[in-house]
This record gives sequence, C-alpha cells and structure tokens, in this order.
Amino acid sequence: MENIEEQDYGEYPILSISSGLYKTELTKSFRERKKWDVPNPKLIQAIIPGTILDVYVKPGQEVKKGETLLILEAMKMQNQITMPFNGKIKKVNVKPDEIVKKKHVMIEIQ
Amino acid sequence: MSLNRNIENLRKRKIEVQKGGGDKAIEKQAAMGKLTARERILAILDENSFHEYDMFVEHLARDFNMEKKVLHGDGVITGTGTIHGSPVCVYAQDFTVAGGSLGLMHARKITKIMDHSLKMRVPLIGINDSGGARIQEGVNSLAGYGEIFFRNTLSSGVIPQLSVILGPCAGGAVYSPALTDFVFVVENISKMFITGPGVIKTVLGEEITMEELGGARVHCETTGNAHFYAKSEQECFEQIKKLIELIPRSNTDKAKKAEPKEPLKEYNIEEIVPDNPKLPYDIKDVIRSITDESDFFEVMELYAPNIVIGFGRLNGETCGFVANQPKYLAGVLDCDSSDKAARFIRYCDSFNIPIITLEDMPGYLPGVDQEHMGVIRHGAKILYAYSEATVPKITVIIRKAYGGGYIAMNSRHLRADFVFAWPTAEIAVMGPEGAANIVFRKEIQEASDPDAMRKQKIEEYKEKFANPFVAAAQGYIDEVIEPDETRSMLLHALSVAENKSVSMPRKKHGIPPF
Repeated sequence: MENIEEQDYGEYPILSISSGLYKTELTKSFRERKKWDVPNPKLIQAIIPGTILDVYVKPGQEVKKGETLLILEAMKMQNQITMPFNGKIKKVNVKPDEIVKKKHVMIEIQ
Repeated sequence: MSLNRNIENLRKRKIEVQKGGGDKAIEKQAAMGKLTARERILAILDENSFHEYDMFVEHLARDFNMEKKVLHGDGVITGTGTIHGSPVCVYAQDFTVAGGSLGLMHARKITKIMDHSLKMRVPLIGINDSGGARIQEGVNSLAGYGEIFFRNTLSSGVIPQLSVILGPCAGGAVYSPALTDFVFVVENISKMFITGPGVIKTVLGEEITMEELGGARVHCETTGNAHFYAKSEQECFEQIKKLIELIPRSNTDKAKKAEPKEPLKEYNIEEIVPDNPKLPYDIKDVIRSITDESDFFEVMELYAPNIVIGFGRLNGETCGFVANQPKYLAGVLDCDSSDKAARFIRYCDSFNIPIITLEDMPGYLPGVDQEHMGVIRHGAKILYAYSEATVPKITVIIRKAYGGGYIAMNSRHLRADFVFAWPTAEIAVMGPEGAANIVFRKEIQEASDPDAMRKQKIEEYKEKFANPFVAAAQGYIDEVIEPDETRSMLLHALSVAENKSVSMPRKKHGIPPF
C-alpha cells in the first residue's frame, strides 16, 4: 500500500500534493501551465503587443532614470517606455514599424 | 368572398416571410453544414407546438440604401412552444437574412420575447447565428445589444436561460451567451470571439484559425465559456431537451418529478473506489451507482475535469452533483474547478435543486501559476457559493478531505444539512506525509535513520488521524456509513429536507469574489 510507484495500476502519471504522491491523469491546462521565470529588470519587455513607433536610444548610450527609450503603440495609445534606473544601453532589439508580441525583449540594459 | 381574399393574402404573406433570405441563401447555409433558423426551432420544440410572433416586423434603417431592402422578419424568428410539454420561449437568428445581423427591430423582437419569458416565468432559449451588429444601423444596433444584455441580467436566476451557438457569435454579441446559464456549442459550427483572426493578425501578427481561436472545443475545454459540446446540431438539440426536462421552469417552481427508478446493477458502488487513497478511479461511476437508472447528465464535461458537476435524479427528484474527480489531478481544487463548481452551486440554489457533494480531494493545487492566477479569490467562490446556498445541501466524504478543501466542499461549518462519511474517509488538516513532516520534524531530523523515522511517524499519524472518527467525535459528520448505504441515506436526507426553511440576513445582494 505504501509505494504507489510500485503498484500496477495502469499508465497514470504521479502528482505530488503536499508531500503525498497520487496516481492521476494530468489535465491539458496543468501540462501547459506557465512556468515561473524570475524577472530580470535589465530586460525591457513589451507590456502589451503592439507596434514600435520610434526608438530614441542606441547601444552604448548612457541613459538616466525616467528618460524615454521608445514609443510602443498599442490599442491606439502611444505608450512611452522609460528607463527604469540610470544605466547604459547594451542592445536595442527593435526598430520603428516593427510589430512586437507581449513580453518581447525590446531593449537590454548593461 | 372578401374574407377569403384576406385569408389568402395572409397566407401568401406568411409563405413569403417563411422563405427567410431566399433559396440561394438557404443553399449557402446548408453548404456550411447548418440548418436554417426555422428548422432549428422546429427540431427543438415538440411537434406542432411552435407559435411564431412578430413575423411581419420590418427594419427601420433608412441610410446606405437600406430603405430599399426587404429583410424578412428582420433576420430573427421568435415565438413560443413546448419541450416535453413544458412551455418555453425561443428566438433564432436567421443567418440567411442579412447574415443574421442585429439591427434595432431585430433586437426589439428578441427583447420582446425575453420580456415575455420573464413575465410568464418560462425558460428562454436563444439560438445565435449572426454576423454581428448591422453596421448600417449604427448606434441603434449597439442599443439593441445593450437592451438584450440588460434583460439577460434581469432574468438571471429567475428563469433558465439557454444560449445555443449555431454559427458565428462575435464581438459584443458574445456577451448575451456569457450572461446566460448554459451555452451549447457544436463542433465546426459554433464560433465565438471578441475579435476575430483577421484583427488579431493585423494588430499582433499572430496567425490562428477561427476554430482554434473560438471553436466549440476551445470554449468547452479551454475558456469554460460553453457548457455542452456536441458533434452535430441534432445531438445539441437532444442535450437541450434533456436539460429542459431536468430543470424547473423558474425559480418559484420545482423540477418536474420523474418516475422513481433504481440504479443499474452494473455499477457496484463497493467495487469502484480503491482502498488506497492515492489511487485514482472515475467518480462518475460512483454517481451512476447512486442515481436513478444510473443516469448522470454532466455539465462542462471537458473543462477542469478535476471536478465533476451535473444533474441526476434520486427517486425521480432532480439533484445537482458536485464531485471531486480523483481521476484528474487527484481531484484537487484549483482556479478553474472552483469557478466551475461555484457557478453550478449558485445555479442549483437559484432553481431549488438540492446539492449533493461527493468529496475526495487532497486540497488546493500548489504552484506559482495558481497563486498568481488568484487561487485565493477563485477558491473563495466555492466557499461563498456553498455558504450562501439555502437548498438542501448534503455531503458524502468518500476518501480524502484535507485542509482548506475539506472546509470548502460543503462542510458542516458552511451549514451543510447532512454530512456522511464512508469508513475510508480521511478528514484531516492535511495529508499524513505533510503533517508528519511538520509535527515530527524534530524527531525525524534527529533520528539516526531519518527516512525510517519519517515512515514510522507517517504511519502513526495515519493510524490516529486518517479516518472519519476524529471528525465524527466532534459531531462534524452526522454518520459514518457503509458505501452501499449511500443512496438510501441520500434519499432519507432529501425526504427530511423537503420542507427545509432557513432565513438569511436581509441584503440587497452579497459581494461574491467574482
């Protein structure tokens, strides 16, 4: 009765819930659940899918907190994306007129 | 003589309107594998029971050359009829007439039949097959939608509202089904979305087909917007008829009683559930071993299958079942299953249907995604729905009843009327492994062989707490019963609860964790 792994009970996967192991089918939404990524503040990601209107910074440029990096137009609104802290731009991955998906890394900071 | 001519004239007009959008448009409808609006109504209702209203309504659009266009019935057929002898109100959008587009008079016909169904306290069945707002009528078509949504909300919890999606239902139109009690969809025919694949591609560059975006399967399995999935329109109509037979006409009525029948012999309740609480089984077999003729009409079969909801009869009386499903995700509660169960509990409560809860679950599903999706808020919905419900509430604890899940699944503490437990029930603050790890942490850490000590302590904990008797000693459960007594105990409980009367504090309405 103890080791359910050893029991022959069909082809069920094993799921652990608070230290208990259970033989059970997994659902589609469980298998496809979003894995957690630790956020990296040095990556400027698109908060919403949209189109890049303009990019104001170049790699190597020193930028102060609050300065505008680029304009991301989405849902007919022009969003100013600003520098989160003082730093140096490492890479610019987008150019004007480019369509970006949500979470796309637009700018990398050193 | 002149009277005859008038009758002749009426008949001619009727025949004209009944042509809908004309032969070509009807051919096109058939080519898409769809029945016409009229065929659908006739297929759902009892033979010769349909009475059409507002057949001769004409549209009022005067811009964009619309004044020259004749739109029969303005693209929607409305009326009343019966299903298994019970009256219902029905409307069906006619895709052959201007794509079933919704203009002001089209909406007025719908709101008129909605008002009628609310006043007469009979169910409303809405068949959606429409390209959306009639752009030529501008803001008037938006007004039409708004007035439909308002009535959906007014009628909610008063009369059953069924939405049948038999074609496109896009943009604002989707909110009428979303506000109703049950949504029926058919493979390859139903398409529901706010923005279609075209817009999504232009704005976001994401490519997706209509079926993948908002087809029947997606709404049954992924979004939870639909409740009944069918492979064909005919199968869908059978589901509608079956549901109407099971539920009451309104919130002041009780469901019609059927002839009492015994469960089928092939479902032997004692052979379904494994002893070992970690092994799966199909909870639906347990339900079928209890219900009349082993018949169980499941709702939202494909969505969050870790909880099972649906209707079954006990001695002819319709009951709502809410049951953890150990076959999927060990039967845990999570965001989606909480949503699914909570809404069903509220449905049963609104319509005087007793709720039977079968419990076998190890708790809430752990995970970052669950926490971030708001499992606290979603999980609270179950607590809210059970606590608020005043219909007879009966719980049978089959095996695991751990932690917060134990409280949520219609426990005594939420004012369950009857709580029974099988001798296999484990009512405890958590599973033996987790509890032993916490309670005996020191002993385990300090042991020369921690694994052996852990095993021993788990066994000790199991022995003492993994049973129904600790809870029974507190009076939290009413009786420990043998599995094969389950049906007779439920029948007993239902008969005792027949005149149940409780009063709740006066309020305008509560604020559930939506």
